[in-house]
Amino acid sequence: MITPGLRGFVLEAPDGDDPAQDPLPAVLSALAQAFVVSAEPGAPGTGTHRRIWLDTFDWRLYRAGLMLEFEQARRGGRLLLSKADGTPQAEQPVTRWPRRPGLAQDLPPGPVRDRIVVLTSPRALLPIVRAVGSVSVTRLLNDDGKTVARLVADQLTVTAAPPGITGGTTAELPLRLAITEVRGYPGQARKAASLLAGVPGVSHASQSELIAALTTLGRHPADYSSGVETDITATMPGSVAVARLLLRLLDTVELNVDGVLRDIDTEFLHDFRVAVRRSRSAIKLLGEVLPAELAGHYATEFKWLGDVTTPIRDLDVHLLGFDAMAGQLVAASPADLEPLRTFLVRRRAREFRRLAAALRSPRFRAITDDWRKALLEIRDAPGSPGKRRREPAAGALALATTERAFGRIVKRGGAITPASPPESLHDLRKRAKELRYLLEFFAPLHDPVANRKVVGDLKQLQDCLGEFQDSQVQREEIHALADAMLAEHAAPAATLLAMGEIAANLAHSQAQARADFAARFARFAGPAGRERVRVLLEGRR
Amino acid sequence: MKIFATYNIKGGVGKTTAAVNLAYLSAADGYRTLLWDLDPQGAASFLFRIKPRVKGGGKAIIRGTKALDDAIKGTDFENLDLLPADFTYRNMDLLLGGADKKPTRKIAQLLRPLGHEYDHVFLDCPPSISLVSENVMHAADVLLVPLIPTTLSVRTLDQLTEFVAGFNGHRPEVRAFFSMVDGRKKLHQEIIKDLTAERPGVAATPIPSLSLIERMSVERAPVTAFAPRSVAARAYRALWSEFSKEN
Repeated sequence: MITPGLRGFVLEAPDGDDPAQDPLPAVLSALAQAFVVSAEPGAPGTGTHRRIWLDTFDWRLYRAGLMLEFEQARRGGRLLLSKADGTPQAEQPVTRWPRRPGLAQDLPPGPVRDRIVVLTSPRALLPIVRAVGSVSVTRLLNDDGKTVARLVADQLTVTAAPPGITGGTTAELPLRLAITEVRGYPGQARKAASLLAGVPGVSHASQSELIAALTTLGRHPADYSSGVETDITATMPGSVAVARLLLRLLDTVELNVDGVLRDIDTEFLHDFRVAVRRSRSAIKLLGEVLPAELAGHYATEFKWLGDVTTPIRDLDVHLLGFDAMAGQLVAASPADLEPLRTFLVRRRAREFRRLAAALRSPRFRAITDDWRKALLEIRDAPGSPGKRRREPAAGALALATTERAFGRIVKRGGAITPASPPESLHDLRKRAKELRYLLEFFAPLHDPVANRKVVGDLKQLQDCLGEFQDSQVQREEIHALADAMLAEHAAPAATLLAMGEIAANLAHSQAQARADFAARFARFAGPAGRERVRVLLEGRR
Repeated sequence: MKIFATYNIKGGVGKTTAAVNLAYLSAADGYRTLLWDLDPQGAASFLFRIKPRVKGGGKAIIRGTKALDDAIKGTDFENLDLLPADFTYRNMDLLLGGADKKPTRKIAQLLRPLGHEYDHVFLDCPPSISLVSENVMHAADVLLVPLIPTTLSVRTLDQLTEFVAGFNGHRPEVRAFFSMVDGRKKLHQEIIKDLTAERPGVAATPIPSLSLIERMSVERAPVTAFAPRSVAARAYRALWSEFSKEN
């Protein structure tokens, strides 16, 4: 039996456009010192193979140290999950998948699905790199003419295949050679590998095929993140730092447009909206260093973008949490809610057409094109010394705005009593979000440990405020949906009763969050919390 | 895991050639297959170009100081592994006799852990009636008995069937097939005709006596691999198809 893919025996030959540099003859002659070499044309695995490496748009598998490969066959194929170093983890056959980017949960049951479904959900698996490999096998024989090891040569031609990023470029990877062991002859395989390693120009492959393919195609793994990491320093002019930050957010907006329009998964729109919201907050909180007219105009434009994307996101949230919501029903049966699901899906299709029209409109194109142009001008402008002198440096801007945002929370949150209306908590949630964004924007200027502590406290408070408001909003939406379903005669009584139970559950969650608020706020704004913020900002004074 | 054993009390009746070719065909069908060469002469090992040697000899295997798993060698063919013969197997009766309380169940016990690794196991037995053959009969699900079409071999089959019928508990199915058949001999034709009609366990496909089968020792490969379109290969394929259909 052939033991495939022994680690440590994978070797990589130098790139050779020049046929004279074809390393195979030299390799075969080196192996001939110890073995009789004989081509094995019909060996299993020989011939042409089509492979696709898959990952989510935000590289969840790569970040978890995994690689997922789809090996195409005439009908369907096989999914192979391995660790980053190539160690196999699981495999399963699949038919008619993936015709288009698909969710792991849509896969038939199997060990690969089991391993990746939680990790990737709710993101779709997208082709990252497509490859066509031409594999040849050479047998290495001992004196009895017995095969004791094999040399497998794999010539891969790879094509970038990510949506939303310029793709379609094709490149040939350096020839990959591997010695595979025949059971019971490990010493012979080691001997062959050592002979191979001694061939001039042949070296141990330092990268997996996927990483080598990405590098050759000019990409890097994990080259997308929805974060706001920006290259800013405390001493740079505030306007330059803010322009860099806003450019980074604009990149995120643009990178997600294609995925939103192709409706690949719900998280493209989520990331898009977060970047829009962050842009709005940055314009509002830091816009003082930008030309007033520019800030004013784009504050309006980004508000519009937020508004046109809200209906779909709200529906997505309902649909993503639908099964969990149905699972909480006690009096009603989950099946009673199905008409609501159908209604939500139908409504989403209608709203999606509106969203797509907005994102294809000249207004959206103008936002992205003109905003980028304006920000690039600010970022790259030499700037008149006089003007720049009056403007705060990024460090001072961070200090002033963060202090102000923290102070606002302390003041407004401190004024909230058990008798305060829900709006006061909603307002506090917005202020908390603004502070969170400022902490993220200026993270490169802060001490990471101090920043993490403040963010940790703030997150606790935000979770409580979020639960409070989301429960209320969703409850109101359930009421609105019930009205709409009644109007369309799409609501059986059982469904309305089930929706009533959901609304009651939401009211309970909201009351719970309201009860938790005082303790969470005290932790954030009390003496210990204030001290953590003081330590954080100390470095900026 | 299904265990087949080629067995006959007589030597030179085509046990090893059958084991080698049927194991090869089983592997070619995609079954993960192991062939255990139990004959100290090591003919099956020789045919796969594998040295008839096991570290520590039969003693290490029977006493369990060497796991069966560690002695296995890959053949040149996908899905087909071989557990080589060793000259010390000539003393296997003694080793088995001193094994433990159930000396006739030792081989079955040794094979059990390989259940997750192989779909089919073929045991190529030395010709004799001994503790080794009794072990093999207890381990096997199917006994494949090559018969040269003579009156005496029919008697042998009767004796074997009777012997197996006396087993308590697990009894292997006895499947005979005609081997080394010379189509020109009238006696061969008559015995094949009569016995196939009379006995339900006798395969319809005879393996002819052909020099190409003898050539296996020169090519050192199954005839089904080096001459897949030959009459000999076709006969083994038809025979395997009869046995494998019943799986």
